[in-house]
Amino acid sequence: MLRRRALVEALLENRSENPLVISSLGSSTWDLAAAGDNPRNFGFIGAMGQAGPFALGLALAQSSRRVLLVAGDGELLMSLGVLATVANQAPANLAILALDNEVYGETGGQPTATAGRTDLELVAQGCGIETTCTIRAEDEIEALRSLLLETGGPVFAVAKIDPEELPLAFPPSFDGVTAMNRFREAVLERGAS
Amino acid sequence: MRPVPASELPWQREIFDVLREQGFSLVAHVPDAGHATLIELCEASEALDVVGLTTEEEGVGLLCGAWAGGRKGVLLMQSSGVGNCVNALALPIICRIPFLAIVAMRGEWGEFIPWQVPMGQGTPKVLEAMDVSSFRADDEADVGTAIHAAAQFAFNTRRSAALLLSQKLIGAKQFEEA
Repeated sequence: MLRRRALVEALLENRSENPLVISSLGSSTWDLAAAGDNPRNFGFIGAMGQAGPFALGLALAQSSRRVLLVAGDGELLMSLGVLATVANQAPANLAILALDNEVYGETGGQPTATAGRTDLELVAQGCGIETTCTIRAEDEIEALRSLLLETGGPVFAVAKIDPEELPLAFPPSFDGVTAMNRFREAVLERGAS
Repeated sequence: MRPVPASELPWQREIFDVLREQGFSLVAHVPDAGHATLIELCEASEALDVVGLTTEEEGVGLLCGAWAGGRKGVLLMQSSGVGNCVNALALPIICRIPFLAIVAMRGEWGEFIPWQVPMGQGTPKVLEAMDVSSFRADDEADVGTAIHAAAQFAFNTRRSAALLLSQKLIGAKQFEEA
């Protein structure tokens, strides 16, 4: 079974101007922080369900940049409708990675719907996102990287990961204004207005 | 073509013109009959992209992401949608992202459907609870200045603002059985 920290690190290794990376509340934001600080990261620490819409809005505003959303299964399940909006807006620069451990890891490991009968890849397909995959093993990571960073989007991938509990790793600031101003300045490459 | 005096334009056109003047390029919405004309104007414009949402709170995150990427947008919704947005509104508050919504009110002036009343009556209180400053247009003459003021407030001060379009302005919908 895939280990989330090594996976995120491998996907972002030798990263250049692209991608801009958005991560969802909780473990995904800790994974992104553990992979190394970068001003082109923005990690949610609240507003569950909003990382997907935020990534879509960013992709629509920055159509020449790759946007990667790294989100947990709980996050995505809270706002499944956005996958329909993504499919219909069809931004070629947006990639979504679901880190699917089948549990609410931050709150005690209660099972999510993906531990039961729900398949996020099929949900994405049903919403109209045509380029999708599910990976479960390390030898699939290179192909996943290519899909998420290079293939014309929107793309949606599920990585089935170990529901391991890991030490927390924090982004440089929990203050939303500090984090947002830093990210926006990096995106726009000038002072935020 | 002879310019049409502002006094002869419907209020929807005034909103559209202010959005264009202030550099808005993105309109996200869950449709409402009260917004139908404005949505048509936006869809007909090459300067504005229109995004249909599955639920109103999607619009909060979407417009915040767009702002982070350098685009100005507005969310159009009915008052019932304000309730769907509550937790999402933490995002513009905590990151001081300018956020603007235009809300077509129901459940107030001459309402026919009782189910519209709870969220319609709750809308100003919910907005206040989530630190969204409300601006209101009850009559056609108020609309142009109110949208101008709400948009300026949101984007100049990096705060959340909502323009509430009264049911008196929009016209209370009446239903008749066939």
